[in-house]
Amino acid sequence: MSDATTRYAITLVVNGVVREAEVPARRLLSDCLRHDLGLTGTHVGCEHGVCGACTVLLDGEPVRSCLTFAVTVDGHEITTVEGLARDGEPSPVQRAFTECHGLQCGFCTPGFLCTATAFLRENPTPTDEEVLEAVSGNLCRCTGYQNIVKAVHRAAEIQAELPTEPQPGLLQAENGSGDSGERGNTA
Amino acid sequence: MTTKLFGEPVRRREDARLVTGQGRYLDDLGPGALAAAFVRSPHAHARIRDIDVSAALDVDGLVAIYTWEDLPGALAEPLPLLIPHPALTHGRTAYPLAKDVVRHVGEPIVMVVAEDRYIAEDACALIDVEYEFLKPVVGVEEAVQGVHLVHEDVPGNVGAHMVQEVPSRDGRSAAEAIAAAPHTLEFRLDIERSACMPLEGKGVYARWDADDQSLRVYSSTQTSTSVRMAVAAKLGLPLPKVEVIAPDVGGGFGVKIVHPWPEEILIPWAARLLDREIKWTEDRREHFVSSAHERAQVQHVRVGFDDEGRVLGLDVTILHDNGAYTPYGIIVPIITSTQLLGPYKIGAYRVEFSSIYTNTVQVTPYRGAGRPQGVFCMERTMDRVAAYLGRDRTEVRAANFIGPDEFPYDQGLIFQDGRPLIYDSGNYPESLRMLKELIGWDSFPEMKARAAADGRRIGIGVGCYVEGTGVGPYEGGHVQVTSDGRVHVSTGLTSQGQGHETVFAQIAATELGVPIEKVSVVTGDTRRFGYAVGTFASRAAVMSGNAIALACRKVREKALRIAADALEADPRDLEITDGIVHVAGTPSASIPLATVAVLSNPLRYAFDEETKRATQFSGASSMDRPPVDEGEEPGLEGRDYYSPIRSTFASGMHAAIVETDPETAEITILRYAVVHDCGKLINPMIVEGQIHGGVAQGVGGALYEKMVYDEYGQLLNASFMDFLMPYATEVPRIETAHLETPSPLNPLGIKGAGEAGVIPVSAVIASAVEDAEAIPIDRMPISPSDLHTLRLRLAR
Repeated sequence: MSDATTRYAITLVVNGVVREAEVPARRLLSDCLRHDLGLTGTHVGCEHGVCGACTVLLDGEPVRSCLTFAVTVDGHEITTVEGLARDGEPSPVQRAFTECHGLQCGFCTPGFLCTATAFLRENPTPTDEEVLEAVSGNLCRCTGYQNIVKAVHRAAEIQAELPTEPQPGLLQAENGSGDSGERGNTA
Repeated sequence: MTTKLFGEPVRRREDARLVTGQGRYLDDLGPGALAAAFVRSPHAHARIRDIDVSAALDVDGLVAIYTWEDLPGALAEPLPLLIPHPALTHGRTAYPLAKDVVRHVGEPIVMVVAEDRYIAEDACALIDVEYEFLKPVVGVEEAVQGVHLVHEDVPGNVGAHMVQEVPSRDGRSAAEAIAAAPHTLEFRLDIERSACMPLEGKGVYARWDADDQSLRVYSSTQTSTSVRMAVAAKLGLPLPKVEVIAPDVGGGFGVKIVHPWPEEILIPWAARLLDREIKWTEDRREHFVSSAHERAQVQHVRVGFDDEGRVLGLDVTILHDNGAYTPYGIIVPIITSTQLLGPYKIGAYRVEFSSIYTNTVQVTPYRGAGRPQGVFCMERTMDRVAAYLGRDRTEVRAANFIGPDEFPYDQGLIFQDGRPLIYDSGNYPESLRMLKELIGWDSFPEMKARAAADGRRIGIGVGCYVEGTGVGPYEGGHVQVTSDGRVHVSTGLTSQGQGHETVFAQIAATELGVPIEKVSVVTGDTRRFGYAVGTFASRAAVMSGNAIALACRKVREKALRIAADALEADPRDLEITDGIVHVAGTPSASIPLATVAVLSNPLRYAFDEETKRATQFSGASSMDRPPVDEGEEPGLEGRDYYSPIRSTFASGMHAAIVETDPETAEITILRYAVVHDCGKLINPMIVEGQIHGGVAQGVGGALYEKMVYDEYGQLLNASFMDFLMPYATEVPRIETAHLETPSPLNPLGIKGAGEAGVIPVSAVIASAVEDAEAIPIDRMPISPSDLHTLRLRLAR
């Protein structure tokens, strides 16, 4: 049995960097990222898994970091909003959100960016319906979603125009075995 | 002025940091700070008999526990009543920590400070509060019976009672006008509670600097200057020793204009007392039960009208649920009762409201701030008049419109700013024409018939509103051009996603003739600008936008004066283009604004090549005058304020086509159209975004969101699982069109746009559902089960 004070050493690969932390068993991944590792770009909007603001990519798949205990992802790879840009250049999704005015207060934005990044990797040429479905697990109170939906479409366009290269932190998930942990390739 | 950015859809300058996780929201600050958590009342109404903290004292990492008895001086007094009003005869506010009695679930009782939030919450769980239960008062109609009291010394639970009456032009009262009218109707309307629900809750982080004896407070607030004054007063600190900063704020929508929240004074107090940094970050449940809600009202309407549908007399009585406390006064019901009139000329009007205490979370403005209820009332009235007369709903509205040539139009009431309700400008018939075209109003009957032939039910609805925006008393702007040519703009009000860094930079770049890349904007930081009111009431663009423009004009005038001296030209012949002052038509006779900034500040000591020009042996200044001439100040900077005589009045009209499922009673919005007039647009992309967000919140209020209290005053749906905010799948595509009727009241001709989108949505959806179902809709929100119940009732 674990109590509130026993700490466990964990190692995560966050945005491609090996990070170590000592956390109590009850420490949420969101709190670990934000407060132990100083990556405050991941936001917490509800702490009960509904709003999606805390969405990060765990081995390439979107998860709610507020519903994940940090100790359970020991040894895994995590991408946060801070890890979406490549060589200082914003990713297609980040660019598209800026171009399309897809954010206002910006608090929910990291969750949408991570969600959309994973979605477009799986489905680079989505239909309107598919985009709507993809972002319908995240709450935004500012934008009325109009420009978020536009931004996801725009990101698909930008992505299509770019020379293909591995996307940051995106491990190709095998169908039905998203936790295989194998490094895939997105080319 | 060639660098014209005003009116352009300039991309936001905020986004680069916000899309890369580099924003700085409240909980991102102070990584080593102690954490605070609160024991909050689980009961809606109870007397506190004892607080036993002994079990919590052994928690490893606990730093301090405070109850009301620990609070010194002004901190132990009730929180300020922010907006007193003569009609608010029984205004009541809470103590920062409950003293003796708790009056709603969620009221803070004990503050715990610990090494981190987990530990603070552990300690909270071990604190035992003994309660003596009192009868909770829930529901405004139960409350007004006065059988049980929320506050022992407030008879009938009535906080305020107010009547405003405007007789008709021939001197009749509303009662007389209704009695004499050819047709009359009488009905009741209900609106449920909703809430702002910004994705980021509230939060406070305070640092005491013992060496400097000063306090720095960060708060996720809509008004840093007012928080600063409240903190200084409550803590007995000299104002210059307190600074308050609103960092990036994750949405506000009204709830963060209320201040000081208990935490906003308790956290700074404890930080100073312990000489440790302390932070409190509100969690979602706390936000549900201990911040603020809005909207709930019961309205009784009597209307008299003629054969054309012209309203001859209107009498509205409103029961307004203000929750347990009234820190924000009676602004919400005042706005409901005044803005209810919308774009219409009403023969005679009487409005009476009672603001009633209940054992629920306090009610303070939420985007729209009483207007959605007022518009619901008026627009439901228009639809009923039209239905009674068998006339087209838009015809009846048009018959009541104020004409485009009737401005300024005095509604004869006193508005929320204590000033006359005089509309500055507008063009309502044109707005309606545009809306009908956009939604296809005239061809809808055919569409409806075609749908009916396929067994589908569709309906169309319309709603019109006028929104008093840009309320005073004032805002200010400071603009400084530094010797590197950069332009630093600051204003005291705060930002919560409105893109102020972009729009204010557009204004400054346009006014000064500099590239926007040279302009930086700071808002909500009392270190940069100490005088401000705050961001609410769709006022930021109007108030700070104009103040910044005026400050820029001062800077420009000074720059031209100094440049004229240097170029030996007449200032009237000078222009500024891309940051260069030059003689019009003679680009070679020029001087960069950066150099003008250098020359504006006579120096003894140079600090780089450029500033050598301003030193005392450079020959830059005349020997006949002092280096800083009489009436001048060193530096190329300007400060100015904009204080309007009264509010501007934006307006708009929305229409929707909905489909209702004959089996499941599900309501789907097929189309949503908006015509919007907020005067001159500074940045159409941002205005559009504001409208989108407003409409989405309106859709939430119309179809999904309500706060469900049980008879014990327990909020049953205090989570995002149960309080249903729209996701992308619930918000229809929003079609927009803009009309620009400039305001004659301010130099930029702008009105506000922040709240507009949300205001008429409930009215529009009610109108459309009623049209689809042919069932009178008299309450909002309406869920599928509500509609199903209405169908059953009608079938009986």
